[in-house]
Amino acid sequence: MKKISYLIIIIFILSLNLSSAKDDDLQNKITKNLRCLICQGQSIYDSDSDFAISLKFLVKKKLDEGQNEQQIYDYFKDKYGDWILYDPEFNKNTYFLWLLPILMFLIGGAIIFKIFILRKN
Amino acid sequence: MKIKIFLVFIIVFFLTVFFVLYKGLQNSNIYTPDTSQKKDIPFFKTKIFYSEKMISSEEIFKNDKFYLLNIWASWCVPCRDEHAFLLNLSDSSDLELIGLNYKDKSENAKKFLRELGDPYDFILSDKDGTISIEWGAYGVPESFLIYNKKVVKKIIGPITSKSFLELKKVIK
Repeated sequence: MKKISYLIIIIFILSLNLSSAKDDDLQNKITKNLRCLICQGQSIYDSDSDFAISLKFLVKKKLDEGQNEQQIYDYFKDKYGDWILYDPEFNKNTYFLWLLPILMFLIGGAIIFKIFILRKN
Repeated sequence: MKIKIFLVFIIVFFLTVFFVLYKGLQNSNIYTPDTSQKKDIPFFKTKIFYSEKMISSEEIFKNDKFYLLNIWASWCVPCRDEHAFLLNLSDSSDLELIGLNYKDKSENAKKFLRELGDPYDFILSDKDGTISIEWGAYGVPESFLIYNKKVVKKIIGPITSKSFLELKKVIK
């Protein structure tokens, strides 16, 4: 009987850990996708500057308030602009950025096609 | 003939790439945010520095005049540099100076003001740095000139003699 109750307690503690880990995962994911604007080449997650500490605190607060990922990104985008997101959204300022690789891939493909396939025939 | 065109094309291509990259070398790689847009001031609630009372942003920026919100801290060295300019600005009657004490111990902040003088009409405290983020600030010091509930001008870093003159010009 005693063993079973111990087991139950251990499982309970483990499940607690899991649930808090889930929260941390989302918080880490968000802070990894936010750029530390006063550091060079660091995310909020990586940085320990005052700016990053405040932002981490605010992300946690907003998650506790029940806001979702998108709402948090939108909030920071409104305050600091697109640059704060490592994963820029598709809009009129960034469509060149998103479409250029596809365009280059297509043009490169066309050149290869022309040289190798057409020449063979 | 075909080879010649190809050669010219290659040379032009590399020259363009060289020119573009060379130009890029001279650009500063430090991000400077867009400060020209006029944004509405954020809504927030915070503690008054000298008392424990809470106050909302609507009560602070209610009058039809210029406000200068200055984010400062006693541990911030450039804040000492700009302090003389703030003291000078505090003489002007058209402008209300509001200090936002950023991540600071209140004894240290009070000592700082006793030592250098208190230019502020009103001081708010921002213990965890979240109010500064509401304003879209990067750190200390930073100043926002507010008129009609809009941010007219934003100074990132300490006030210099150049930005001081600009501020004076806008207020007049």
